[in-house]
Parts: sequence; structure tokens; C-alpha cells
Amino acid sequence: MKVRRISSLSYLPAFCLALACMGAITCFAQGPQATPSILAPASTPAHEIYSLSKFVLVITGAIFVIVAGLLAFVIIRFHERKTDAGHEPAQVYGSTHVELAWTVIPVLIVVVLFLTTARIIFAIQDAPEPPSALDVTVVGHQFWWEFRYPRLGIVTANELHIPVSTTAAPQPAYLELLSADVDHSFWVPQLGGKTDLIPNHPNKMWIDPQSPGLYLGQCAQFCGVEHAKMLLRVYVDTPRLFDAWVKNQQQPAVDNPAVAAGRQVFESEACANCHTIRGTSARGLFGPDLTHLMSRATIASGAADNTPANLRSWIEDPNTFKPGSLMPAMQLSDQQVDELVSYLSTLR
Amino acid sequence: MADQTLPIPGALGVGRSRGAALLEWLHTWVITVDHKKLGILYIVYALFFLLVAGSEAMAIRIQLAIPNNHLLSPELYNEFFTMHGTTMVFLVGMTLIFGFGNYLVPLMIGARDMAFPRLNAFSFWMSAFGGLLLYFSFIGGFGLYGMGAAPDVTWWAYAPLTERAFSPGHNTDYWAIALIVMGFGTLGAAINTLATAFSMRCRGMTLLRMPLFVWLMVVASADTLIVITPLTAAQVMLIIDRYLGGHFFDTQAGGSATVWMHFFWIFGHPEVYVLILPAFGIASEVIPVFSRKAIFGYPAMVAASVGIAFVSLSVWAHHMFTIGMTSASNAFFALSTMMVGIPTGIKIFNWVATMWGGKIRFATPMLFCTAFLFQFLCAGLTGIMLAVAPWDWQLHNSYFVVAHFHYTLTGSFVFCFFAAIYYWYPKITGRMLSETLGKWHFWLFFIGFHMTFDTMHFLGILGMPRSIYTYEPDRGWTTLNMIVSVGGLIQAVAVLILVWNIVDSYMHGRSAGNDPWDAWTLEWSTPSPPPPYNFATEPVVRSRRPLWDIKHPEDPDWKYEL
Amino acid sequence: MSATSAFAGEPWRLPSRGRVAMLSLIVGESAIFTIFVVAYIYYIGRSTCGPSPQILEVPWFNTICLLSSSVSILLAERAIERGRIRAFASWWGLTMLLGIVFLAGTATEWKRLIWTDGLDIRTNLFGTTFYSLVGLHATHVVVGLLMLSLVMIFTLLGRVEERHAERIQVLSLYWHFVDAVWVVVFTVVYIVGR
Repeated sequence: MKVRRISSLSYLPAFCLALACMGAITCFAQGPQATPSILAPASTPAHEIYSLSKFVLVITGAIFVIVAGLLAFVIIRFHERKTDAGHEPAQVYGSTHVELAWTVIPVLIVVVLFLTTARIIFAIQDAPEPPSALDVTVVGHQFWWEFRYPRLGIVTANELHIPVSTTAAPQPAYLELLSADVDHSFWVPQLGGKTDLIPNHPNKMWIDPQSPGLYLGQCAQFCGVEHAKMLLRVYVDTPRLFDAWVKNQQQPAVDNPAVAAGRQVFESEACANCHTIRGTSARGLFGPDLTHLMSRATIASGAADNTPANLRSWIEDPNTFKPGSLMPAMQLSDQQVDELVSYLSTLR
Repeated sequence: MADQTLPIPGALGVGRSRGAALLEWLHTWVITVDHKKLGILYIVYALFFLLVAGSEAMAIRIQLAIPNNHLLSPELYNEFFTMHGTTMVFLVGMTLIFGFGNYLVPLMIGARDMAFPRLNAFSFWMSAFGGLLLYFSFIGGFGLYGMGAAPDVTWWAYAPLTERAFSPGHNTDYWAIALIVMGFGTLGAAINTLATAFSMRCRGMTLLRMPLFVWLMVVASADTLIVITPLTAAQVMLIIDRYLGGHFFDTQAGGSATVWMHFFWIFGHPEVYVLILPAFGIASEVIPVFSRKAIFGYPAMVAASVGIAFVSLSVWAHHMFTIGMTSASNAFFALSTMMVGIPTGIKIFNWVATMWGGKIRFATPMLFCTAFLFQFLCAGLTGIMLAVAPWDWQLHNSYFVVAHFHYTLTGSFVFCFFAAIYYWYPKITGRMLSETLGKWHFWLFFIGFHMTFDTMHFLGILGMPRSIYTYEPDRGWTTLNMIVSVGGLIQAVAVLILVWNIVDSYMHGRSAGNDPWDAWTLEWSTPSPPPPYNFATEPVVRSRRPLWDIKHPEDPDWKYEL
Repeated sequence: MSATSAFAGEPWRLPSRGRVAMLSLIVGESAIFTIFVVAYIYYIGRSTCGPSPQILEVPWFNTICLLSSSVSILLAERAIERGRIRAFASWWGLTMLLGIVFLAGTATEWKRLIWTDGLDIRTNLFGTTFYSLVGLHATHVVVGLLMLSLVMIFTLLGRVEERHAERIQVLSLYWHFVDAVWVVVFTVVYIVGR
């Protein structure tokens, strides 16, 4: 019986569209983009991986073409014809020479692949930290990110700011990765491969983004109910913007007497047990530092935009955006929530 | 002559009520120690759970078809994808291999039954009850959120998420205990297979004359012995932590999360080779018969299989490239993972060489095996990509990995076992499956499979991680996810066609006879279905293809075999 | 069915299925013990609090008893091979006795550790790994003793004969394995770990 190897025509157009999208991303992308593609590297580790992947793709592509080609040839050339009825083809039991050939060649391919791979492993993992590097400590929590800048005296959450690194003035960011509870993984594809945050097992990684802008990523190790909403936003700032950001973050919280009622609610209700606002009596460490909450574009680790309406919904019941989030609904009255939102909205 | 293992309407004695007869028939199935019936029980159990896990996959895909969908809550989604993986690996994968292994190994080596028939029954029922315990979790407790207490910690259940502090409900307990129970069954089946293959072969069947399927079952069983007990060990340690206050994975007390990872993947990686090796065995039986040629390079195939089993014990930490191992460790595991591709590649070449110069008949079993060759080639190549540790630092835990392992598990394992169903169904039931429905099944499943899993590779490359119940709408993943989901639906339709084919052909299929495919191994010398004692007299063989020798007395294999 | 009659006269030897099965089981059990031993070794010195392995007293007497039971079971095997059932029963009984003494010794040791030294499975990492590993071994001794007592009962009922020698040997393989594991556990816990 005849066999036709056809692809499904119905999904071909969509498939081509996907390929075209990917091609577009590869060819035209410089710097940050909305789709966090590993084909649009913007930092040295990501570039090295991308180059290595192209080399590996060429090799695997060649193997594919040869072997799939052979398979296709065999299917077409040797399939049973009507005139064949009756006798069996010549029985060939094996050939030592052929077996040797197709053992030795793969071994050689593996040797080449391994040496190339090992070189990149050592280049990325064992790169010595230059004195100009920015040190950031990343602490993974269920389901948010804590960022500490030990030498700058800054503690913030969910949105990482690092300076752009150029060949003229290299300033990579060296991230020390810790965890407060379970395993997490820091993955911003355009900036580098992912590294896990494992409790009792500090890890280190480095990135040196070369174009300013916002890079997206998210937690890449299942960490519980809201793993999907543990998003990452990395702002790569020009030196001027970064300095301004640092200066602002180093200030204690804005203390506007007009919203003193809200501050009072924050400090007297259980908020202070989990959150820190520097300059107030709130010194909780379980939840994100809120000293400069309004300097962030999102809340709940990227789960919602940072608007007063969303802030209100979040405080009333975190399950609106992140069911299973560890922040409880605090059962506050409407007036208390209004005052809180007014207060928090001043924390630039 | 037909036997009484399958009900023949009207053949039972006059004067017995239908109900009593039915009960008696069911009773024979419950108390059986016959390897053929136990094999059928395993396979039916596996097919049932294939549908269950497939439904879980459908729910997952509908949830992910559009961003921020609300079909499944995050709690339920996490239970569904954990159960999908756990079910497919243990309740479908392991049961299918031991189901076909049980049915075929004694027949292929000319034996009357497995070495230990009662151990065989014990193993099946332990596996069966373990699986039922696992599914009881959906109703057996409120869990933390009122959604049942099914495991929701991924199928690899990393600590310390699974410790009491972070998983207070019973979800993790069901996972650990159900799998420990199943583990006893698996261990028993593996021991039985080894004892059978070594101690029950008919006269003249030296080890190097065993059919390749038997060889691959032997290698898979030996591998099972070494790897299933580490899983049991790790799960016992987890239970000690959760219930006796132990500290194995309690990072606050000095315990280590990475120790769990090592122990789990020491089991987890060789486990997937345990699954795929019998699938290779099936391909090694089907491809020669439908190419009308002996398998090319039998000794090399045996050596490659043993080589795969050995090397696969050394690759486990390629699942852990991102946890912060030293660069030397990463390099070692990258090398060992690339090396395991070598014997695997050798097997692919040998299969293609078998087809070379043959007269290939593309009946349904061969369609599935040919697609397997193509898909396994692709899976092996994406495996090489993942072995390149730096590239894995990007691809790990992304949809690229999900695509890769579905290429190996669905595209290779399931395709081969579908081939096995079409190939051996006539022997098991005495009836042929419909070729027309078979071809519908094949093409729909092939198209759906590629639609889903080819596209998934791109999702991983575009940065989409796995184990997420939803995704952000502005990341450019929406269209691709929709394509993936539609492909899943097409596969579901295809599998339903298979189920219909199995049921309908049982009642209306063409009678098969002893040897409908003109094959060469011993099972085709018995009636279809075989009598309880398999062979009236013990066979005596002189080559790897005893029936070829009988059909071609002027040109027997034993004159030419390597 | 027969491919050729010229083949039928030669002897066709296959390994005994009991032996293959028991060796397979031993391989599987070795894997589970390896994991617990690896965990024990990895966690040496990592307890953050609580008693250290210094509080352990090396169980020389227990060990000698258990290892001697391998000798006595070997003598039992020899006896039944020669059909000397009474001698077999004596050596078998001695093996069981030595096994029970071993377990009693372990129980005494654990009682002291728990009540006097304050070490239980939840105290610290040392406690967790110690009781898990030694407990896993002790469980295997218990299972072995159960099998041995079954055989003892059959012997006392007069049902065990010379033709059962092979099955006895297969069972003894398990007992030898349990003893061999103890050598490893003893070395790791009481020699290396302290």
C-alpha cells in the first residue's frame, strides 16, 4: 500500500507564522523586548550561550539531515511493490565495519561537542569577579523576590535595578542567590541562563547587560501554588538613572503628615509584622520591603500593575491576584484600607 | 484450539444463571497467576490510566490555551500536572512494559509461564492498588484548599517544598506512599522477568538467540532493580521527615535540598531508560518483520542496549545543571549525557539498516514504528542540545524540556506501544484490529503530536517556563499555546479511535490465525489466543528466528547468523 | 516443534531460578542500602545541635553474634545437603538465636541512646540518619528471622528433607547478604563516622 508523507496543511500557516515571529525576534532585536527569548541575548553569558547553541544546532542539524534523509530514502525506495509478492529480500545480518564506522564517527562528534561545551562552562561559571562589579543579594521567597545591595544599604523587592555595562566601563552585576523557604530559580532569558535559589545552598551568577531597558523573566523552579506569578522585572539603567535610583532608595520613607492616619493603620495593624518601611516602626522581614513601594511598576511580584485600585484590591484580599499567596486578607474596614492606600501611595 | 481465558458466549454449561457465570469469569481474572492474563490486566489497567492522564493533559491544555484562563485554579492545576506526569510514568509506562513483558517473554522463550507465577500476581496487584491509592487522593481528603489532596508538588517533588512546613496537607503523603506500594510491585516484576529469561529458556535458546524484546526486558528489569529502590529510599526518608520529625531534607537543621535532587534523579533518569528500552524491543521485533529482513547487527543491538543501561546510571545530574554544582561536575555530566547518545544512535542506524534493502509493508504497526524512528532521532538531537550544559542553563525547566521528553515518551514510547498493540492484539485475542481505523488513529495522532510538541520547542526558546498554571498575555506566547492545545485535542480524538478499535474488533474483527504477520519468533507458533500452557511440547530452537528456519528449510538462519 | 533433532541429546543447563531471583533481590536491596549509607556519610558532622556520634559504643558483641550466625547458617546448609536433618535443625536454631541476640542488643543500645543520651530520630541529623540506617538493617534482620522461623516450624513438623537443600541455600543467601550489609553499616557508623 502506498504511503504519502504529508504534513498537515491545516497547521502549516500558523507554524510558518511562529517561525517568522522567531526569525523577526532574532534578526531585529537589540536590547530588551516583551518576549523573553533566548535568541535575543543582551548580556555576555547569554551571548556566549547563544553562540554555542548556534554551533550545536549546526552539528545536530547536519545529523538530522543525514539520518532523516536516509530514513526518507529507505521508506520511498524500499517499500513493498505489488510486483514483489512471494519472495523475501536478501537477508543481511550485520557488518562489523559498518558498526565500527557509525560508532567511531559519533564518538568524534561527542569529543568536539564536549570540548566546546566545557570551554563555555568554565568561561561563564568560573569568570573572576572584577572589583567594579555590583553585588546584589537575591533572596527567593514564596512568591516574591527580595533584592539587597549590601554595599549600598538598599533593600527592595521584585524589581531589580542594575547599571548598564559597556565594554568601555564594564560593571557586571554579581548576584548571590539565597532562599528563605523552598527552591526557586532566577531566569531572565535575555540576560543569562538560570541559576537556582536553594535554601542552605548559596549560589552565584553574573550578568552584564549591554543595553538599557526592562528585561522580563520569572521564577523557573516550581515553588508552590503561585509559582506562575513570581515574575521578574530587571531594569537596566544608564549610569545617571541608576545613581538617581540608588539615592532615592537609600532615603528613609517619605513622611507626609497628610496621610498620618494611614501610617498609623500600617504600624498598629499586623502589616508591620511582615513588612518593613524604613523610618517607621515597621520592621517586619517576612514580606517585601515597602519603603519605596511607589518606585515600582507592579505589585505582588508582577502579578498586577501598581495602581491605587489594584493596591486596594490586593490589601483587601490578596487572593484576587494571587490565590494562595502567603499574605492573608487582613479584614480591615473600608476606611482603614482607604487610609492605607493613601499612605502607601506616597511612598515614592 | 481456543481456550477458556476469554469468554465465549454460549459455551458455558446449561442451567447456570448469567450472573453466576459472570461472577465466575471475573473470579478467574482476580485469582489468575497465568502470565497471559496478568499481562492483559496490566495492559488494560495502563490503557485506562492513559485515558485518565490524557484527560488531565486536556484540562491542562485548555487552561493554557489562553492567558490568565480560569478553568483550573492554581491549586487544581498543580494537582493535575503532577498527577499527569506521575500517572503517565508509573501507572501507564511501567504497567505497559511489564504488561507486554509478562505476556510475551515466556512465549518468546518457549516457556510455560513466568518463573514465579504467584509473585507475578502479587506484583500486579501491588501495582494496581498503589495506583488506586494515588487516585484516591483526589477524594480522600480536603487538602489545604478543598480541592482534594492529590499530589501537587510536580512529579519530582523537590524538597523542601515537600516537607511538612511547606506542604501541610496529605498531598505529598499520597505521592510517596502510593509510589512505595507500586515500587514493590515493580521490583517483583523485574525480579520475575530476570529469573524467567535466565532460567526458563527452551532448549537451544542461548542468551544470544533470545528475541531482542526479551533482551531489552532483561536489561530494563536489571536497571529497574538498581533504580527503583533509590526512589523508595528517598520517599521513606521524606516520610520520616514528615511524620517522625526527621531532618533529611530539613534545611533549617542542616539537611540538604540537593540531596533529594541527587537521590530522585539517580532514580529518575535511568527510569526513563527503563521505560524506553522495552519500546526499543518492540521496534526491534516489528521493523524486521515488516521489512521482511532479519534485524541488522543483533550483537551490536544487544551491546548497545547494555551500554545504554550502564551509561544511563551516570548521567542523572544533567537534570541539575542549574543548581550550582562546580564547573567540573557540570562538565562531567555533560560528557556522560552526550556519551549515552552514542549507543542510542547506533540502535537507530541498525533499524534503518534493517529497513535498507527490505520490502517494507506499511501496515499500522510499521507506520507507528517508522514515525518512532523519526521522532526518536529528533528527541535524541534535542537531548544533545540539553546535554550542552550552558544551553541547558537557558532551556532547563522551560517548555523546550517538556517538548523533548514528550518526544521521547509520547513520540517514541507511546508510538512503539501503539505499534505493539496493533502487532500483538491478534495473538492476544485471536482477532485483527481494523487497518482502516488503525490508519485513522495513526495519522491523526501523528499530526496532533507534531502540532503540539514541535510548537512547544519554540515556546521554551521564547522563555516560557514549565509548571505554570497561566502566563502573561504580553509575552508573545499566546498563539503558540493555542496551537499546542489544538494539537492535544487532535491526539485525544486519535486515542479514542484506538479505544473504539480495540473494543469493536474484539467482537467483529477478522479472525487472525496463528501467524497473521508472517513473523519468525516463537509466540507466532501458538494458536491465537494461546492455550494456558502455551506450548504442547517444549520447543527446541537453533537460531534467532525459529519460524524462519521452519518456513525456509533450504535457507535457515543458523547457517548465516553472526 | 523442533528445529532439528541433532540437538536434542546435549545437556541444556540453565541457572536455578531461585538463585537468579534472590541475587536480583539482593541487587535491589543493595541499592536501597547504598542510598541510606550515602545519606549517612554526607551528613556526618552536619548536625547543628544535639549529641554527636561520640556517644556511640561500638557493638562488638552484637557484631560477633551476627557474623557468627553466617557461619552457623553455612553449617546448616552443609548439614541439609548431606541429609542430616537433626544437625540442620540445630545449626538453624543457633542461627536464629544469634539473630535474636543481635536484635536484643540493638534494642538495648537504642534504649540507652534514647533514654540516657537523649538521642532520637528527631533530635538532629545524626539521630535521623543513624536510626534510619541501623533501623533499615534491623528491619531486614527481622524479615530474615521471620523466614528462618518458618523454615524452623516446617523442620520441627518433619516436612523438611534433603531435596529442599537448594531452597535453603537460596534463603541463606539472603541471610549472608544481611550480614554483609551489617559489615558496611558497622564500618560506616561506628568506625568511620565516629
